[in-house]
Amino acid sequence: MIEATDLDVFIGEKRIVTGASFEARPGEFVSIVGPNGSGKTTLMRALCGDLDFSGEITFTGRSLSVLKPWQLAGIRAVLPQAASLSFPFTVREVVKLGLTGGRSGVLPGEADRLPERALAKVDLVGFAGRFYQELSGGEQQRVQLARVLCQVWAPVLEGNPRFLLLDEPVSSLDIKHQLTIMRIAREFADRGGGTVAILHDLNLASMFSDRIYVMHRGRIAASGTPAEVLRDELISRVFECAMKVGVPTPMGMPYVLPQTATIAL
Amino acid sequence: MMAATRPRREHPAEGDRSARARLAILLCGLLLGVVALASLGYGASHTSAMTLLWNVMSGADAISARDRIIVYDIRLPRVILGILIGAALAVSGAVMQGLFRNPLADPGLVGVSAGAGLGAISVIVLGTTALGPVVQMFGIYALPFSAFLGGLATSLILYRVATRRGQTSIATMLLAGIALAAMAGAFSGVMVYLADDRQLRDLTFWGLGSLAGATWTKIAAAAPIIVVTLLAAPFLARGLNALSLGEATAHHLGVPVQRLKNVAIVAVAAAVGACVAVSGGIGFVGIVVPHLLRLLIGPDNRYLLPASALLGAALLLAADAVSRSIVAPAELPIGIVTAAVGAPFFLWILLRRRGILDL
Repeated sequence: MIEATDLDVFIGEKRIVTGASFEARPGEFVSIVGPNGSGKTTLMRALCGDLDFSGEITFTGRSLSVLKPWQLAGIRAVLPQAASLSFPFTVREVVKLGLTGGRSGVLPGEADRLPERALAKVDLVGFAGRFYQELSGGEQQRVQLARVLCQVWAPVLEGNPRFLLLDEPVSSLDIKHQLTIMRIAREFADRGGGTVAILHDLNLASMFSDRIYVMHRGRIAASGTPAEVLRDELISRVFECAMKVGVPTPMGMPYVLPQTATIAL
Repeated sequence: MMAATRPRREHPAEGDRSARARLAILLCGLLLGVVALASLGYGASHTSAMTLLWNVMSGADAISARDRIIVYDIRLPRVILGILIGAALAVSGAVMQGLFRNPLADPGLVGVSAGAGLGAISVIVLGTTALGPVVQMFGIYALPFSAFLGGLATSLILYRVATRRGQTSIATMLLAGIALAAMAGAFSGVMVYLADDRQLRDLTFWGLGSLAGATWTKIAAAAPIIVVTLLAAPFLARGLNALSLGEATAHHLGVPVQRLKNVAIVAVAAAVGACVAVSGGIGFVGIVVPHLLRLLIGPDNRYLLPASALLGAALLLAADAVSRSIVAPAELPIGIVTAAVGAPFFLWILLRRRGILDL
């Protein structure tokens, strides 16, 4: 379990997140939603161990501040919002970087083919030999996810749950691949790991999350099941945009919900 | 349940360049062997590589006493020094490029060599006066040590100036390098001004970069530092690979980023300091060799670093052969040869990457 209590997070001198309490349990898919600049990414970066904070963050009871980088790498893997690559690695080489310091949890003989399996999972069969820098944004994002999956391939290792921390994992993906990626993250939780994802699409958040945290101006404005959180009043106030939950569009204007998808995986 | 045995693969997996990289390392090693043997046999006195090899292998006295002196006291130290310097320069270039996450970082280009040079010049000029106690205390290591300090200081300043929040700006890095080199140059100028005639001649020749004065003493001074750095380099490889995804991601992958950066900076400064102390300013090896190898085997530092060491050593020996033969019986300082080849190569990289670099 990831547990943060009374968390203030700073970037330099500036306090970005105030008094946040957060919890992600094994077996759970937890979403963080909120408007731009509300502190979602800052909260996640604190959970990753990237930023200074006051308060307490623990991973399965162990304080984040005493865990070494290589220990953390065995507990959680992180998908960043944007990733740059400074040298011309192939897709396979990038995915294999996921095996740098963590423990995939597969048998030694299988580690060799793990990049191919991870690529197949994110629907990138046949991309292994391509150069990462020549791919489209959405393809690059899926390569990064494959790398992240390699790092914590087994959701539970030696009885300890592991966590995926995903910062806008579907931001540059088409609808089919949004669903592919969300299902991978959901399945990771179903198999005993934990998933924390920052999302902008409230429909996807509602469809896949067990619980949603809503952030507003550096504070957690609400948390609970999708049904508890996605209410007209709260959504309108936090996003500063008057909206109604679960109301058909006026005058029969067409709309498409991801919930209706029945694509084959 | 899957068997734990590794499935035999006829072909390497697509996108896996490790087999090719291993082959390249082998070929670079062979190349180095050939070039080293040829260098031993090549020179004003004609003792062929074959005769030498035969002499070494059989233990017989196939060569005369005079040739023996030429080979063991003149050519062999020169070849060994060339191998050490070439390997150290190429590996420091590759490590620095990994650390700064761009292929244009090179100790010579960004002022680290200039800083090391200032350290060395200070000892050469002030060694008998102000820095006398230092020279007495460190003996033959005074020169490499002060060069190391000069290189370390410039590396640290460079990193502080060019890197903000884990992102290195290429333009800032190159410009900061110019400023640092100019600063080191100014202080070096003061030293030159203070130097007497004999020191002045030493400085001029040394500044151009040369393997000509290779002796076993110089090797003794530089070898320990260089060998330690070369042995440490492979341990940086995985961390540097992860670093190419950015500092945050490297940390997420389990790399102790701050420690990696500290070790890399100290290693580069030490190796460059040792090189500059014994052979002066030999430029561009650190940028040409890793770049060529990246085109050939990709940027994976686990293979790039050893391959750079071997190819760097081979190319420097080859450049030394050119510098010895082009105006024979006199010889050109090797720094002129590497700059004449390396500088156009650097311009070519710039041209190819102009669009990406945002300069």
